[in-house]
Amino acid sequence: MSDSETHDSAAVLFRDTIKGSNIKLPRHSQFHNGVSDALTLAKRNLIRYIRLPGLLVFSTIQPIIFLVLFTFVFGGAIRGIHTKYIDFLIPGILIQTVAFGSTQTGVGLADDLQKGLIQRFRALPMARSAVLAGRTLADTVRNLIVVLLMVAVGYILGFRFQNGLLPALSAIALAVLFGFALSWISAFTGLSAKDAETAGVASFVWIFPITFASAAFVPVSTMAGWLQAFAKANPITNAVDTLRALTLGGPVERHFLYTLMWIVGIVGVFAPMAVTKYKAKS
Amino acid sequence: MIIEVDRVTKSFGSNLAVNNVSFSVSEASIFGLLGPNGAGKTTLINILTTLLKPDSGRVTVDGLDVVRDAAELRSRIGLAGQYAAVDENLTGFENLEMVGRLYHLPAKLARIRADELLSQFSLAYAGRKQARTYSGGMRRRLDLAAALVSSPRVLFLDEPTAGLDPRSRNDLWDVLEQLVANGATILLTTQYLEEADRLAEHIAVIDVGKVIAMGTPSDLKAQVGSSILEVVLGKDSNVETAKQALSPLAVTGTRIDFHSERLRVIVPERPGLVVDAIRLLDQHQIEVEEIGVTKPSLDDAFLALTGHGVGGLEDE
Ligand SMILES: Nc1ncnc2c1ncn2[C@@H]1O[C@H](COP(=O)(O)OP(=O)(O)O)[C@@H](O)[C@H]1O
Ligand SMILES: [Mg+2]
Repeated sequence: MSDSETHDSAAVLFRDTIKGSNIKLPRHSQFHNGVSDALTLAKRNLIRYIRLPGLLVFSTIQPIIFLVLFTFVFGGAIRGIHTKYIDFLIPGILIQTVAFGSTQTGVGLADDLQKGLIQRFRALPMARSAVLAGRTLADTVRNLIVVLLMVAVGYILGFRFQNGLLPALSAIALAVLFGFALSWISAFTGLSAKDAETAGVASFVWIFPITFASAAFVPVSTMAGWLQAFAKANPITNAVDTLRALTLGGPVERHFLYTLMWIVGIVGVFAPMAVTKYKAKS
Repeated sequence: MIIEVDRVTKSFGSNLAVNNVSFSVSEASIFGLLGPNGAGKTTLINILTTLLKPDSGRVTVDGLDVVRDAAELRSRIGLAGQYAAVDENLTGFENLEMVGRLYHLPAKLARIRADELLSQFSLAYAGRKQARTYSGGMRRRLDLAAALVSSPRVLFLDEPTAGLDPRSRNDLWDVLEQLVANGATILLTTQYLEEADRLAEHIAVIDVGKVIAMGTPSDLKAQVGSSILEVVLGKDSNVETAKQALSPLAVTGTRIDFHSERLRVIVPERPGLVVDAIRLLDQHQIEVEEIGVTKPSLDDAFLALTGHGVGGLEDE
């Protein structure tokens, strides 16, 4: 049994080393360690999504319910659409899903802060960036999985990509990237909140209005005038319009460019703010 | 000296949490930081473990400066904070494995080490259960195990036995003594005088950010410089009357304490004291069950040094 032999010799190694000098920690480049730390924490964050039933329902069942409800409740009633409602709805639902999902970035960070885990991490010889990188990475992976799930459910309900494979993949990538950007806003608010509950509420206070006052579920032209102005300037509208162009066809460049600018702008502003906030915590 | 703390000061706004503190700790020993709530113990631990920068002063641990060499130092020390920091969603095993990976142990070694620590801390039976199902004592042990993942030469423990039942506390004390026997150095904070007395070779007593006394437990007891007269009163005796009766014997300016059914009077050392005490109590018709003179305990030392007791000492 070679396995138990290694086990035994390692145990002896530990027993010896505790006497005098400590374990010789392997030396790797800082970059190698930084990536490894982020992956270690991302794995741990993903486990959290699976082990907390409430969270699993929140990130999977809830968006499916939205999708099914909206399809059947609004499907017949919405004016001004030149396509099947499900084809109109899927881009909106995908952006809503990543937007709602991004609130969990802040909730998770606030939770770690509250439970003293961040304090523990800070005393370890790990990369300073790994807590935030591991969190946003996990949330991005989770968003990707949920987006794929939503597309699959959409297909069952009659949704079809109508513009070819590459635009379809671009649409999925852009939705996930947009969620990644929002995660940094959420990271900042979460690190500013006093506990996980406050962090959740603080995120929904702005996520909810900007998601619904957008082109996500109804055409902007059906809204009241003052709301139209807001909805048109809303980055969610931009992202949804880009996704619609990618999935249904139509001119893409301008929407795509605006959305990319929003993504770069949000990350450019909120990532440094979140990092500063994180460094200030002890 | 493996830990050297030299004139360290740290304030939060106008609150001077650590005030010009100096001490040093020799290798393979336990050093106790003893003080009541708010004394500045956690702030000091945070400075020594690189979590906080001191406003002024210098600290070296294992030859490394806590500010300049912070990154390198973190790989050589272990810390168990005041509140058990375990990930409730992970199993005990996964918690330790994660910490091992964050110390950059190879994956296989991290797993072996996790299992080893689980058995060392009698958690093997629950190692595959989520930490949310653990009792307070189990979480404490897991937290401590996490601090030991890299077999650090220097271990910092902030109130490690707070909230533990007496049995778990005794078990933990045994583990700590074993670690020191194997060459580790431990700096622990505590509010329990008994704990410092039992474990620490050297103690610094700290109060409102300042070291007010330092030395071995017996040094500290000697600083009180007197003896303690202990009296157990008969069933229906009036405590207040007994205090009045004995007050002529007490060292001027000291209080007479009543705790665990016992009167404790700080008295000068002289012959005939017990006889005098019995006579005084008899004059007030107070029945005595037990009487004797003892060496001052650390509790008494603290009382004498700070002018106030710790924890349950003041129970009038
Ligand atoms: N982050 C902080 N911000 C402001 N004040 C603090 C902070 N941490 C501790 N203090 C204050 O510093 C003093 C010492 O606290 P602490 O080190 O936690 O004491 P102990 O651990 O001995 O109970 C207290 O008055 C406490 O209120
Ligand atoms: Mg404390």
